[in-house]
Amino acid sequence: VAESPLAEPSPGESSLRAATRGGPGRVLIAVYAVFALAATARSGVQIATKFGDAPLAYVLSAVAAVVYIVATVSFARGSATSRRVAVVSCTVELLGVLAVGTASLLDKAAFPDSTVWSLYGDGYGFVPVILPILGLLWIRRTARAAATTATATSV
Amino acid sequence: VTSTAGAARGRAPGGPILERVIHPLDTILLVAALVCAVWSLVLLMLSRPVGKRWLLGALLLIEMGLLGQAVVGVVELATAHRHVSAVTFVGYLVGSLLILPLAGWWSLTERSRWGVGVLLVGCLVIPVMIVRMNQVWSGG
Repeated sequence: VAESPLAEPSPGESSLRAATRGGPGRVLIAVYAVFALAATARSGVQIATKFGDAPLAYVLSAVAAVVYIVATVSFARGSATSRRVAVVSCTVELLGVLAVGTASLLDKAAFPDSTVWSLYGDGYGFVPVILPILGLLWIRRTARAAATTATATSV
Repeated sequence: VTSTAGAARGRAPGGPILERVIHPLDTILLVAALVCAVWSLVLLMLSRPVGKRWLLGALLLIEMGLLGQAVVGVVELATAHRHVSAVTFVGYLVGSLLILPLAGWWSLTERSRWGVGVLLVGCLVIPVMIVRMNQVWSGG
């Protein structure tokens, strides 16, 4: 039987997946899923029923929804590639929260209705600004843990 | 908050009767979810989760209550002759039904204590959704 790296994940890859999805990662993914659901539902309703009221805010809500969905899926997959996607989406998320949070403070007129990221996510207990930081820290921590197990198994 | 919501509902034909039906259920579910949240937190702080099945059983009861709330809520919405943001209201009713089954499923495959951490997240989302759907109902 020929070894197929695509069909069977390597020991390093599967331990990476277990590390990403396990422990505190479980809770992280759960919180991301809640935000994916909340932001998708919110922006869906906003865009479908009253897009003209605050187009900028609603488009940003939709962007946030996409970012949360991508982050949830990529953390839950836990492959080497999806972890890189998770890093990108967490970074976009963090920059987005900071940019939209600052913009909503400076120019209230542009944000007649709030988005998930308005005022740094104050409507959501500031979780939106903490979550990407926790996500990035989690990727860093599990990368180190997986690197140790990978070298241990390959030797 | 409850009194203003009650006053607003009182104006709707058929409102006062339904109000008495749904309000205790709302409150019971909210308190029950918070109790389960504290319970999950205690289990999370223990080094190994014990009696997770009892917690899952309690969440199943809450889920059945949420199902009842959704049915009552939709009936109430259909009979209320006043402006309620219907899509958002039904969205919260239906959305609240997804949370606990998903949290239960996601926590089952996690043997460590972080499995109950997932249940904690689910338990905290339910009260928020109940408060929000009441705000939507009273025009907030």
